[in-house]
Amino acid sequence: MTIINSLRTQPDERGHFGQFGGRYVAETLMPLILDLDREYRAAKQDPAFKAEFDYLLKQYVGRPSPLYFAERLTEELGGAKVYLKREELNHTGAHKINNCIGQILLARRMGKTRIIAETGAGQHGVATATVAALFGLPCTIFMGAVDVARQQPNVFRMKLLGAEVRAVESGAKTLKDAMNEALRDWVANVHDTFYIIGTVAGPHPYPELVRDFQTVIGNEAREQILEAEGRLPDMLIAPVGGGSNAIGLFHPFLDDPEIEIVGVEAAGEGLDTAKHAASLAGGSPGVLHGNRTYLLQDEDGQITEAHSISAGLDYPGIGPEHAWLHDIGRVRYEPVTDAEALASFQRLCKLEGIIPALESAHALAAAERIVPGMDRDKIVIVNLSGRGDKDIFTVADALGVKL
Amino acid sequence: MNDRLANAYARAASENRAALVTFVTGGDPTPADTAAVLDALVEGGADVIELGMPFTDPMADGPAIQRANLRALGAGTTTADILGIAKGFRARHPETPLVLMGYANPMVRRGPEWFANAAKEAGVDGVICVDIPSEEDDALGPALREAGIHPIRLATPTTDAARLPAVLDGAGGFLYYVSVAGITGLQQAAQGSIEAAVAKLKAGTDLPVAVGFGVRTPEQAAAIARVADGVVVGSAIVELVAEHGANAAGSVKTYVASLSSAIAAARKEMAA
Repeated sequence: MTIINSLRTQPDERGHFGQFGGRYVAETLMPLILDLDREYRAAKQDPAFKAEFDYLLKQYVGRPSPLYFAERLTEELGGAKVYLKREELNHTGAHKINNCIGQILLARRMGKTRIIAETGAGQHGVATATVAALFGLPCTIFMGAVDVARQQPNVFRMKLLGAEVRAVESGAKTLKDAMNEALRDWVANVHDTFYIIGTVAGPHPYPELVRDFQTVIGNEAREQILEAEGRLPDMLIAPVGGGSNAIGLFHPFLDDPEIEIVGVEAAGEGLDTAKHAASLAGGSPGVLHGNRTYLLQDEDGQITEAHSISAGLDYPGIGPEHAWLHDIGRVRYEPVTDAEALASFQRLCKLEGIIPALESAHALAAAERIVPGMDRDKIVIVNLSGRGDKDIFTVADALGVKL
Repeated sequence: MNDRLANAYARAASENRAALVTFVTGGDPTPADTAAVLDALVEGGADVIELGMPFTDPMADGPAIQRANLRALGAGTTTADILGIAKGFRARHPETPLVLMGYANPMVRRGPEWFANAAKEAGVDGVICVDIPSEEDDALGPALREAGIHPIRLATPTTDAARLPAVLDGAGGFLYYVSVAGITGLQQAAQGSIEAAVAKLKAGTDLPVAVGFGVRTPEQAAAIARVADGVVVGSAIVELVAEHGANAAGSVKTYVASLSSAIAAARKEMAA
């Protein structure tokens, strides 16, 4: 069947999703990202590339990840059946590794001999350090000095995996500054360095290629729900920082208009405060980190600090495809606060014996809000994007528990 | 129309020397201090002034200009302040070309037309937007040209022959050759590579070619001045402002004068 008005054919060849996306980079990087674009097109057409990607996802990452019927959570909520896509069972404990496998294969294909990446809480940094170790390539991870101080276990993991962790002292010393510094390093080392961006942001073709590597989530979920229920789900829910796990789940379902899709933004201490990370609900379109998208910014276009209890959602922008899906109304984006996410974090631990990442807990909180109002014969898939072991110190602190 | 940029390059050429292009971040250390620094640049002999618009995320800049951006924003510098600084400069220096340099987001925040018109009204002659390559320049560039402001483009060592026409498409004022594949203020390119690059660029455009990134000493400036139409110096001046703060004007003037006289003598030494 040919779908005339498919929502799955974005971006255009210049990397635009409607008015969003694009390639807003300094001239030094332009030839390089044009080169990356060409190489990616070629890799996509190459069966050997896909075969190696699939092999590593299966044998190294441990895919497919299960689609698990959360029976006790479903009973508790008293509405639609809730399935959890168990991305937290992947090697390194989150969806991040899917993308890293794809990008390191691309790096090797392009003959690059050095890997760099940015990281916030350290999850993408750990995933990148992991694949760099797997392929024997030197790796430098840029991490805001503030994040280095508060995420010591992940800093140590990265070092164990052989990566150099460079603490970024510029700006606010968090994720966006780590990304600025990674871009600066890339500009200065374009000849041998590949930049593994961790989410569906940055200049084209990154939002597209990261999405493509992450759609394994949605493709599996589609097959798995058909096997389990004999039909497609009624709703998908996933947390959105930059939005790579969410777009990975959503994309294969975008052309099924009867399926409701919900992305969950971090509302931090509330949208009526200055401390949140909801760039769609509380931001406006602008240009940052190579693409045009919704940003948290002031009236002069200065970027403002994001806040979320979940470090993975603590970013003042959002992937351009999400900005577009928001504008055309295909995906509904809902805010969830720190407090709501904390409650859902604990509930899943007790009801299902699963410690979710705080990012994923945001999606669970949205599910708890929506699912009770749905009929019992409806089906909802929630993306459990990562495991919460990394978050136990943050959660203990928020609950006033001393470890 | 009175094209101050063209006039400045033409005057320098008629004096058989390169033009001196100097950069300083607006609002550093406070908006009130910038006027004196700009005046010092002119008094020191600068032909073209680049006024940096501070941004929270200056991705293409090295540590010196990053810190200047943070100092300026920390002092509460706004877009209105930058435009006010430009306007004051224009009133004091009717003939010296003034270029705003910065990043896309503060420039397009209120719309490209708004920015182009406000800059024009403030007496700005050119705009360098670091992170809008020609491929994405379907709004800001046209708005600037419509307002009579030159969109100034950057070429880099990675800009190959195939790509140069795209960079030059819609370019005005002068072509800024970023001589190092890297960020501002750190290292300088080898003289030989600069000469080859300038020759290549000049074969592709009639615009004056100015060379910058990592130029610090009068000797370096003179070497570039022998082959290029302009020499751009930024981080070294910004570092003087960092060191002397509100009292930077005197040392900035002395430093710029040392660059200016080295550049003025450069081609004469070559001929001698």
